[in-house]
Amino acid sequence: MKGGSVQVSMKLEMKDSPGQLVAALKPISDVGGNIIAVIHQREPDSDSDTLDVQIVLELPEGRLEKLKVLLQEQGVRIQRIGEERLLYTRTVIMIGHLMHTDLSDTVGQIDSTGFAEVSELSMSMPAVNDRSSSRITIKAVSKEDMAAALAILRRVALQKSLLLVEPLEDIA
Amino acid sequence: MMRVALIGMGSVGRGVLETLVKKDLGIVVTGIADSRSGCMDSTGIDLPSVLSAKKNGRPCGSPDISATDVIKNADYDALIEVTPTNACSGEPAIGYIKTALGRQKHVVTSNKGPIALAYKELRGLAQKNHVALRYEATVAGAIPIMHTLEHGLSGNEIFGLYGVLNGTCNYILTRMAAEGLTYDQALMEAREMGYAEADPTYDVQGIDAAIKLVILANTIWDNGVTLDNVERTGIDLLTADALRLAEEEGCTIRLIAEAIPRKNILRVTPRIIEKNHPLVVEGTLNALTLETDLAKEITLIGKGAGSIETASAIIGDLLFIRDHHVQRT
Repeated sequence: MKGGSVQVSMKLEMKDSPGQLVAALKPISDVGGNIIAVIHQREPDSDSDTLDVQIVLELPEGRLEKLKVLLQEQGVRIQRIGEERLLYTRTVIMIGHLMHTDLSDTVGQIDSTGFAEVSELSMSMPAVNDRSSSRITIKAVSKEDMAAALAILRRVALQKSLLLVEPLEDIA
Repeated sequence: MMRVALIGMGSVGRGVLETLVKKDLGIVVTGIADSRSGCMDSTGIDLPSVLSAKKNGRPCGSPDISATDVIKNADYDALIEVTPTNACSGEPAIGYIKTALGRQKHVVTSNKGPIALAYKELRGLAQKNHVALRYEATVAGAIPIMHTLEHGLSGNEIFGLYGVLNGTCNYILTRMAAEGLTYDQALMEAREMGYAEADPTYDVQGIDAAIKLVILANTIWDNGVTLDNVERTGIDLLTADALRLAEEEGCTIRLIAEAIPRKNILRVTPRIIEKNHPLVVEGTLNALTLETDLAKEITLIGKGAGSIETASAIIGDLLFIRDHHVQRT
């Protein structure tokens, strides 16, 4: 799914009885959503009669509120929503006059996209006029978004005369 | 018995002659030319005496005989063209190869210039004259990549390839990663070891690797790409810190040549790569991975340069021609 859709991660709590999980997942397809992952955890020493399930799904934009209502109608409690939504990680290295070319602007160009963010930055600090090196980890929601984020970084590197070293990925 | 003429008495040419002296391969050399002289003998030239003349700084033959004379007049089945690469014009090698093909002689070359610049024309000329043009030695030295593509993988569709095609860059990056050397220190060391030229531009800016990528792309996909189509970034701006930052993540940096036609990718760029990746080879080694439909992934690793190593590729081409094209008498 491209554009017009959002990726959501939610932690759900439901009754631990037969058929509950399937019933809880049904509203997702009812609102046109697509389940990407279901992580089903049973606490080993839990004697509670509830079940915690973490799901990652893709939804057409604007359907989240409807889904929340439908889930609650099924007796499912939403414990947490929207966290850990950034699934793809790539690490690049940038070399050049990083401070002189406004590093916070470079990072900001990724963070301001809304679909990708810089989650980690390590940097060497050599002598003032020497080129510095940095390792930047980017997280994004989908493969397409990661490609778009890297394209932004490529453009910024070109504008600021920075050397961008990208990871080698498999062809297939 | 196969008769050959050899043009070019540099490291590769000498390696070929030394191998022919050492091994009885049924190949007789009837013509030789270096940049200043030439010799011809249809019964076979005395190779040890030519090699010792070169070793003592003397020309290989008479100054009255030129390379063109040998190509036009010697009695041979295949021409071995191993003169230095001219990446801009491809000359005089293109002219040499055309002359030999025009005489209906097979040609084996290690020269990247003619294949990168005039492949279509030369291949057409070879076909018209019903002879072979082979160039295994132009890419990745001793690695039999062309034979692998042509024969072993002949029923496969090749989706893409990526490789380490320049030993000088790989040596420099290996040393920067292993010893924390700066680029300048590692380059100096590479020069002392004889792995880098006085002017290293051609290697460190990725031009050599890009030319090899062009040769591979034209061979595999016949897509007519040229050096200008290759996106290219060298290794000369990399820092010791960058290598260290990669190392902290279990990775390193290598100059990777990459061609994936369906994604429109044709580039030579330094890349972050996991240290246990098959393409992470040490020192001056070359490595090449092919992604195919049937065989899936195939990686070849070997010596990318060297006199005898490159001669291995030339000899392989010659013997292939002898077994498949030359009528035995």
